[in-house]
Order: sequence, then C-alpha cells, then structure tokens
Amino acid sequence: MLSYIIRRIGYSLVMLVLVSFVGFVIIELPPGDFLTQLLTELEGRGDRSAEDRVTELRLRYGLDIPLLPRYVQWATNFVRGDFGESFALERPVREVIAQRFWLTCALAVASILMVWVIAIPIGVFSATHQYTIGDQIFTTISFIGLGVPGFLLALLLLFYVVQFTDVDILGLFSREYRDAPWSFAKFIDLLKHLWLPALIGSITGTAGLIRIMRGNLLDTLGQPFVESARARGLKSRTVTWKHAVRMAINPLIVILGSEALPGIIVGNALVATVLNLPTIGPEFVRALQRQDMYLAGTTLVFFTLILLVGNLLADLALAWLDPRIRLE
Amino acid sequence: MSAAVLDQDVLLDVRDLQVHFDVRRGTVRALEGVNFTIRKSKTLGVIGESGSGKSVTARAIMQLLAKNGSIVSGEMLYNRQGDDSGDSEFIDIAQQPSDSQLMRDLRGGEIAMIFQEPMSSLTPVYTAGLHIGESIQLHLKPRQTVGDQMAKAIAKQNRIPREEARQIAIEMLDKVGIPRPEERVVSYPHELSGGQRQRVMIAIALSCGPKLLIADEPTTALDVTTQAQINDLMLDLQQEFGMAIMYITHDLGVIAEMAEDIAVMYLGRIVEQGATDSIFYNPQHPYTRALLRSIPRIGQTEGSRLEVIEGMVPDPFSIPTGCAFNNRCPDVMPGICDARMPELLTAGDGQRAACLLHDPDTMREVTSARVH
Repeated sequence: MLSYIIRRIGYSLVMLVLVSFVGFVIIELPPGDFLTQLLTELEGRGDRSAEDRVTELRLRYGLDIPLLPRYVQWATNFVRGDFGESFALERPVREVIAQRFWLTCALAVASILMVWVIAIPIGVFSATHQYTIGDQIFTTISFIGLGVPGFLLALLLLFYVVQFTDVDILGLFSREYRDAPWSFAKFIDLLKHLWLPALIGSITGTAGLIRIMRGNLLDTLGQPFVESARARGLKSRTVTWKHAVRMAINPLIVILGSEALPGIIVGNALVATVLNLPTIGPEFVRALQRQDMYLAGTTLVFFTLILLVGNLLADLALAWLDPRIRLE
Repeated sequence: MSAAVLDQDVLLDVRDLQVHFDVRRGTVRALEGVNFTIRKSKTLGVIGESGSGKSVTARAIMQLLAKNGSIVSGEMLYNRQGDDSGDSEFIDIAQQPSDSQLMRDLRGGEIAMIFQEPMSSLTPVYTAGLHIGESIQLHLKPRQTVGDQMAKAIAKQNRIPREEARQIAIEMLDKVGIPRPEERVVSYPHELSGGQRQRVMIAIALSCGPKLLIADEPTTALDVTTQAQINDLMLDLQQEFGMAIMYITHDLGVIAEMAEDIAVMYLGRIVEQGATDSIFYNPQHPYTRALLRSIPRIGQTEGSRLEVIEGMVPDPFSIPTGCAFNNRCPDVMPGICDARMPELLTAGDGQRAACLLHDPDTMREVTSARVH
C-alpha cells in the first residue's frame, strides 16, 4: 500500500513538472503581452530610473537568458512562492490568488458535498425503483439538469431573486462584511451566501451523477453476490446499501477526483462571473483577456495542481475502499 | 389443512407450483405445475436442460424470484421444527411475502443456497469472515446463559458478539477444508481460488445449521478435479450436519453419485421422478431415455456419433400443445401426444413418469383404434 502511494505521488510530480513547463511556455507565448509593452514603454522614456527598472525587470524575469534556464528560474521562484507580478493589477500574483484560492476551494467543496448528498440517494432510489413513476420523474429532471447550462440557471435565478425578493444574492459576502477582517460573523455570512452558488454550480454535476449512480447500481443489483446476500436472509435495505451501493459507488470516486473537483473549480467560471463571485475562475478569464500572463500561467498551474491532488486523493480513497486495487 | 396428512419424514412438499414471468412479449410460463417432495436429510437431484425451470424452482422456494416473476398457484409446504419443543408445523412458503420476517428467517437460517458462480457470489470488498459472520449474527441466537453474559446479549439486541462470530467462522472454514482458516478468515474473495470461494459459500450456507441446502449447479463453473472435491465435501457435511440437499445440475454423472432421488424437468414440468437407480437403469419417459443416451461412455464404438436429442428446446412463447416434448419425442403418437397433457403416473420400478405411453386409458384407445 505504501509503495503504491509513493508511486502515485511520484507520477503526480512528473505530471506537474510537465504541465508547469506548458504553463511557462504559455506565459512566454503571446507577442504584445504586458511585460513587452512595459519594457518598450520604459525604453522609450529613456531616462535613468526607467533604465534601472528595465534592468531590474530583465534580471527578474531572466529575459537575457535562453528559454530552458529561464524556465528553471521561473520554476524555482514558483516553488519559493514567488509567482511573478500581475501587471494589470500591479500586485504580486501570489496576493491575487491567495485572496481567491480559499473561497474557490470552499465553494468547490460545498458544491461537491451538495452533488453527493443529493445525487446518491436519488440515484439509489431510481435504481431500486426502476421504471416506477418516481424513477421516471427523477430521470426526466436529471436529463433537463444535464441539458441546461449552469450560467443560464444562474441568470434565471438572478433575475428571479432581484425581481421578486430582496435577498442579497451577488457575491459571497454581505456588503458590511465584504472588506471586513475574518471573524466568526463573517464566516456565518459566507455560509449564508455559499449555498446558492454551490447549488447552481452543482446542478449539472448532480444530474450527471444521478444517471451514473442509477446505471452502476442497476448493473450491481444484477450481480450474483447481491442475490447470494438476499439468500442469506438480509433485509433488502441491508442488501442494497451494504452490498450493492458499496460496490456501485467505487467508480463514482474516480469521477469525483478526475472530473467533479476540477470541473467545479474551472467550469464555474461562467457561473461565478454571472453571480460576481470573488473566486479564481473569473479572474483567470480576465487575466487571459488582458494577456496578464504571469497571473494566467500561475492560475493554470494551480488548476493542474488541484486536478492532480484530486486524482491522487480519489485513487487513494479507491484503494482504501476496494481491496482488489491494493494488489501490489 | 392438508398439511396434517403429511409424513413427518417430509421436509418440503411442493405441489402444483406455477410460476409466471411477465416480459415484454407476454407471459412466460416458467413452471407449469411442479410437484416433488424433499425428505429430511436426503438429497433430491433436479436435472434438466437450460430453461427447464430448475433454477426458477429453487428461487421460488427461497421467495427470491425476479421482480417480474410471481408464484401463480401451488403450495410449498415446509416442515418447520419448533425451537425447543420438537413440535413441527407445515408452513406454506408460497403464501409468505418475500420480504417478510418469516421468509428472512428461513432464508439463510433454515434454507440455505449456494450458487453457480462462486467467482462472483461473494461481495468483493468484504472478507470471507465478514460474510460468514454476517449470516451468523443474523440467524444464530446466543445461548441463554445466566448472569452477565445474558445481560450483554440482550444489550446487543440478542446477537452473537462479533468475536464469537469470528470464532465460528474460523471453525466453519476449517470444516469446509480451507487450510489455515485463521488466516483465510480475513482474505478477500479475489485472494481465493474458485474452489475455495465455493467452499466459503458452503461455509456461509452451513454456518446457521440449515435443514435444507439448495445447490444450484454448484460445480458448473469449476474444473473437474475441484468439482469432485466440492461434491465429496457436500456429502461429508451432509453426514455431519444432517441437512437435506436439493442438488440442481445438468450433469447426469454428478447426480448419480449425489442424489437418492431424481426429478427430471422439461419446460417447466417434471416429466419423471423416482429413486436414482430406477431412473438410471429403467427410465420410463422418452426424454429421460434420450438424456441418458446422450452421455458419452467409455468403450463406445470408436468413430460412432454421440446420440443427441433431435431439435431444440422450444421458444417459451411457442411451446407445443399437449405433451411439451412431442415435437422432439422419438416415440411420439401423432394426434394423441399433441392433443393431451400427460400426468405423472406410476411406471417402471415404482417411479412416476408423465408420458401418455404409460397412461392406460390412452393406450387402450390407441390399441382399439388399430384394431378397427
């Protein structure tokens, strides 16, 4: 088991290095990005302080050395926590991301919890009551949920709430807490705002997971071990949950790590833009539009990191849950 | 109630059992009036081709039919022994809802079943010991002892404590011939071979001391040497535990060594039943004879072809009228076999066969028709 964990972490690290290289190339790629513009502008001014600044920037971003050493320099800085500067916001990338990172994670975790808490019982119900009215209703709803994009739902909901209620739906905090330092009251305020974007963000995922859970469980319920469990005299609830669901849920954990987690973080950029949430998604989109490449590249590497960590956790959870995977 | 008439020697008496399945194309009459008796501590072999209704019969006894299946009519009288008194009463399993407390107590507790696919009959994420322990904690009650232990037992909802269940599980694994049972008790199914898994299934089945063990083709998925070992094991354990066995198979060779009585099934009916010797040495139904002729024998003339039963098992929606075997029967009497339904009548060495050739009334008509 231990060697399995070490091996998996090793693969993840290799993957991370590869992706960070791609991220770096992307940072370097576009002509006319912020840094180039800034340098041209400074050189144009030609005075002493401008020249100093140019030298400083050239040194800092290693513009005079070839690509590979420059990557190594960037990567070393990255590991040290220096991600470069967001030229558009005129702040270190680190600050910009740190501010939004935890809120993004909170939103993602809330969304995932909601997906699982809603989807699994419904999926189990649908499978154990296959072709009944209840199953048909849930199946129809989940197809609609799969078909309607999240940002559209967000827009509709926004319209409804603004038009007919006086709930403060935009953002993750009420106005009085928005710039306040962290406190318990602010945390409660966050929870009050979090559920709605979490719900909207989780609808597509929930609909998909209901379908998958239903299908998996139907397959599992047809397996001989389910019949033999019933033949032992177990209650049908015990057979369903202890034996069938326990087996049917394994593939869902892989989906959780490899699709749900990154999907919710990245895919929610649109929803977050509509609802004006202070998460990484919208900032990433803006950074790309402005060619604010250090911010964009760093965000990209962070997304990958989250994906890799999610995959790793899912694999470890699966190995823990399914003894067949623990095989060396 | 007719139950009173039954012999105390009888464990299960199935009468006129009819099971139908609703499918898209209509109704499949899987069992059309099945009758047989299982005697205490004896083995009944049930033999027949695929689709003859062997497995459906077993599942009907367990009340484990698929959702679209239903017991349309018939009785399954099970002789249930009282806990201490030794009194017994016959209960009709056909009348019990599948999820009732009584059925759940019977399933696994008094009627246990082992299956065709040992490879996938254990839940892959649970150990052998957990499977056995689950059954023990469900069906066995702690012995009523005085003092603390009793208080503990009551506190734990009258369950056998987990540690004791584990001990019983190890004992059972030892009994079914699994080496180093104290290590194997924590093995997962994928760590066991097919034969070992079937042994674990037998251990689960016998852990609660059932009166009837239903074995639905228990050795079909195993290789020949393992088959023989599993069958020997079942015979040994029958000696020790004294349970009756309903042994379902399509293997005539196996049934000869396992069973005292045999029931031959064809398309949802029993066509012949009786003592194993009479069925093998003096078969009365043309179908049984055809089955026996289709076994390859050592010493058969080299190069000769194995006899087969002509034709195919009919589709469940186009079963011939009259005797269901009439379209494949070598001794068919046209105009008679496709018009009448044969009943099980005594024939040969005291066995019973459902064939019009053994129906005196029909045969009298046939002979008189020939004379005119």
